[in-house]
Amino acid sequence: MSAPTTTSLISDEVRELANQEYQYGFVTELEIDVVPKGLSEDIIRLISSKKNEPEWLLEWRLKAYRYWVTLVEPTWQKAKYDPIDYQDIIYYAAHKPKKEIASLDEVDPELREMFNKLGISVAEQERLSGVAIDVIVDSVSVGTTFKEKLARIGVIFCSFSEAVQSHPELVRKYLGSVVPYKDNFYASLNSAVFTDGSFCYIPKGVHCPMELSTYFRINAADTGQFERTLIIAEEGSYVSYLEGCTAPMRDKNQLHAAVVELVALDDAQIKYSTVQNWYPGDANGKGGIYNFVTKRGLAAGRNSKISWTQVETGSAITWKYPGVVLKGDNSIGEFYSVALTARRQQADTGSKMVHIGKNTKSTIISKAISAGHGQNTYRGLVDMRRSALGARNFTQCDSLLIGKDCGAHTLPYIDVKNQSGQVEHEASTSKIGEEQLLYCRQRGIPEEEAVSMIVNGFCREVFKMLPMEFAVEAQKLLTVSLEGSVG
Amino acid sequence: MLKIKELRASIDNKEILRGVNLELKAGEVHAIMGPNGSGKSTLASVLIGRDGYELSGSVEYEGQDLLALSPEERAVAGVFLAFQHPVEIPGVGNMYFMRTALNSLRRARGEEELDAMDFLSLAKERMKFVEMDPTFMNRSVNEGFSGGEKKRNEILQMSILEPKFAILDETDSGLDIDALRIVANGVNALRSEGRAMLVITHHQRLLEYIVPDYVHVMAEGQIVRSGDKDLALELEETGYVGLTPSLTQVGVAL
Repeated sequence: MSAPTTTSLISDEVRELANQEYQYGFVTELEIDVVPKGLSEDIIRLISSKKNEPEWLLEWRLKAYRYWVTLVEPTWQKAKYDPIDYQDIIYYAAHKPKKEIASLDEVDPELREMFNKLGISVAEQERLSGVAIDVIVDSVSVGTTFKEKLARIGVIFCSFSEAVQSHPELVRKYLGSVVPYKDNFYASLNSAVFTDGSFCYIPKGVHCPMELSTYFRINAADTGQFERTLIIAEEGSYVSYLEGCTAPMRDKNQLHAAVVELVALDDAQIKYSTVQNWYPGDANGKGGIYNFVTKRGLAAGRNSKISWTQVETGSAITWKYPGVVLKGDNSIGEFYSVALTARRQQADTGSKMVHIGKNTKSTIISKAISAGHGQNTYRGLVDMRRSALGARNFTQCDSLLIGKDCGAHTLPYIDVKNQSGQVEHEASTSKIGEEQLLYCRQRGIPEEEAVSMIVNGFCREVFKMLPMEFAVEAQKLLTVSLEGSVG
Repeated sequence: MLKIKELRASIDNKEILRGVNLELKAGEVHAIMGPNGSGKSTLASVLIGRDGYELSGSVEYEGQDLLALSPEERAVAGVFLAFQHPVEIPGVGNMYFMRTALNSLRRARGEEELDAMDFLSLAKERMKFVEMDPTFMNRSVNEGFSGGEKKRNEILQMSILEPKFAILDETDSGLDIDALRIVANGVNALRSEGRAMLVITHHQRLLEYIVPDYVHVMAEGQIVRSGDKDLALELEETGYVGLTPSLTQVGVAL
């Protein structure tokens, strides 16, 4: 067990973490390749060497790390949580994809029931239930079938690590071009330690014929939390990308600090949809994911368009502002969001739209639902620079409260530096009507079904932006997440 | 079908129903009239199980203790209320809502659920009753509906859900004469031997279209007078004065 690397049947540290997984019975034995807890330049060198990375990437990581150590963790967000001990995290823990897959019978019945409710197929269940090895095996094989088909039209869709090996020039050109390593505390951290993620490249003029989809998986107790996704849409191309996130239940809070960068060149369009269902913690607020993510798109070219659609039902704390930098003239940025906080969940989320080019347009539609003791904050920035002549923004933030113990807050920031900009902001807060509930129940619709119907109605504007299957999944997720929040 | 005995209801220590007694048999249409604040709408609310009332007395419905049932259980048992102020539910399609309601009832009763196509043909047929434009089904429940459209939508739901016991709470209020005729025709088409109706109204006008078997006058939380349809006409002339001591004293007229 000599430092810094350990390849063995479970070190003590990992055992401690993995024990938590055992109690849910996913896996009986794990073979894991880990580095010790904590963060240092040595650890970063080690991660980089394990991934066989080129020198420039290591240098980039180290620059990010050296910058990160000078930073102080920000505390301005609305959510409250205990300080994170960054030396108590394992930054690299790869499962070896050869072990037996744990059977579904071993999965916690509650979790299994949840998947049943979600209507996810058995194959999918195995992929999602946190059986890490299986997840990796499955997602690789899925990725491969896509890859061959897509390669024929020039689309590259692979893991980030693979892209570093096979398309280093593209990665080098665009990595950090939208979210620089100095962007913020968590982006710096991610830049130093990111382990994997997805990479998509759509060549000029190609309309990607299928939805590209990745299920993000948090595997062992501390891995896969620093993904990095990079999507590049060349001139006149189009891509729709979906990400789904799930995580097994654990008592310990886990930090998830991902970075997503999108680049759309002239006339290109990127549609990015997320259904985020990381473990939200239990009813008392124990456990759950800290989802501190930086997502940004650069609408670099003329007439380019980037849309974010997100349905956030999971995570103990969600802290993110997917945004678009509207650099190209006539470019368009969109943000459609449903954020649900139930139990003791907290969310401080919204969007940033930075208008630089002429006649740029942005739309923000945010639907926040609070139930239980959930606290939901919309925070958004509309920034119209001097050069953004004729820019327009429309923002609509609606909050829905279910019960007495939850809260909703709206914090819009608007900064307009030219006379020709137009900004509209609409906000509403409503309580789920006793009257609406009674009306449904009087017609025979059971209470929980009625709540879910009313909430889904409230979110319809956003759901209709999601690809069909995702919309169905999102609705089911909302229903599951709301369970027990009435009555 | 329905036996209400000494029903009392208070909210925030204020007694609104003060011993209501009423009996409805299947096939009968009863009208309840009375001035504002007499407790008519409270009676409807209590019968469908609205929260927040302190209750005493009893309501027996088809041999069951109605007050012990949840609102949705009452719906399953065949109780329906056409609301005085139907609420809007943004983003929920009217058609979807009604189908969910009907299928919830059918499921609870152990009947087979209707698929979208079957439901559509049922809805189309019933919409003729209330002369409703099919586009209403694609809009959100009651959202942006005019007063008259909301009331028609209530009667449409009644005709689709086919309750055994229907309460119409001031269904005539805010309707012009054409809308009133349409709503009344819809209701009349639903009169049947197996169905009882309780029509709550402020005005005698509605009872020209929906002719009741019995008329009751409610005042200060009690039924103070009962009679046949002629009672309504009489009230039209004399108002409610004289029906209760306190009303006589202050001389409140309709």
